[in-house]
Amino acid sequence: MTEPKTSNRTEAEMIAAILGGETQVFHDLIRPHERSVYLMALSYMKNEADAEDVAQEAFVRTFRNLASFRAESKFSTWLISIALNEARTRLRRKMLVPMDSLDTLPDEVQHVSPALLHDWREIPSEVVERGEIRKLLQGAIALLPDIYRQVFLLRDVEEMNINETAAALNISVPSVKVRLHRARMMLQKQLAPQLKAATQQSRRWWFQWS
Amino acid sequence: MVIDCKHVWNFISDYIDGALTEEARMDVQKHLEHCEICSAILDSTRNVIILTADNRVFELPVGFSERLHARIDLELREYRGEGAKQTP
Repeated sequence: MTEPKTSNRTEAEMIAAILGGETQVFHDLIRPHERSVYLMALSYMKNEADAEDVAQEAFVRTFRNLASFRAESKFSTWLISIALNEARTRLRRKMLVPMDSLDTLPDEVQHVSPALLHDWREIPSEVVERGEIRKLLQGAIALLPDIYRQVFLLRDVEEMNINETAAALNISVPSVKVRLHRARMMLQKQLAPQLKAATQQSRRWWFQWS
Repeated sequence: MVIDCKHVWNFISDYIDGALTEEARMDVQKHLEHCEICSAILDSTRNVIILTADNRVFELPVGFSERLHARIDLELREYRGEGAKQTP
């Protein structure tokens, strides 16, 4: 599907080409960002169908507003802020959630203490093959307060840096750090004991049959 | 400086990101050398981060890309003024 001549272009070159009339290039421009936009939409909408809708709308809006994209910001962060705006607008329209609870949760409150374990045997990435482990991980992330989950998804799942994350979410760098720390501690608290139990259990189960 | 466990917990995220000052990093490291509990917290936090970062944890819904690019195609056609021809 990807034209060889477009795949080597930088984002800036692709954007210039699209604005110059090669609109088909837009497909290639957005391909690397599909998952991050979807995940951000999902973090607000909480169900796959609405998240997909929001993601599509965000990409369409991005196309329509491409001429106003400022080269000094990163395309990925701009895209994500469009997706988040779209999600917020939709929620407001539906009035599913009072808006205050979405974006404000004072960073000062809530001290998170981790799960105390005496030792930790590393759990290898192979366990992610197991659907039940993926469910544990997804479930724990879904339990995070929205503002922590968004920071966590951008930093630790999409692997954006701190400045990009701050720009995409329109929050300060110190807020990114505080929220990321809380998110990681909450996940450790929730997941460490569960993962330990789930992997030990399977080891025992496996031994019975071997 | 000798720091206690609760103090170390506050530093764990920055420690993992390598964002602590040299002094704070040394304090945390010294504590970790003799504290089994904090070491386990650090290791498990790191482990959780690695597992959640695995691409298999969050996958796009089946057909997501196809539907997205079909929608984009509609938009592009409309933009070029071909929208009317597409309506069945």
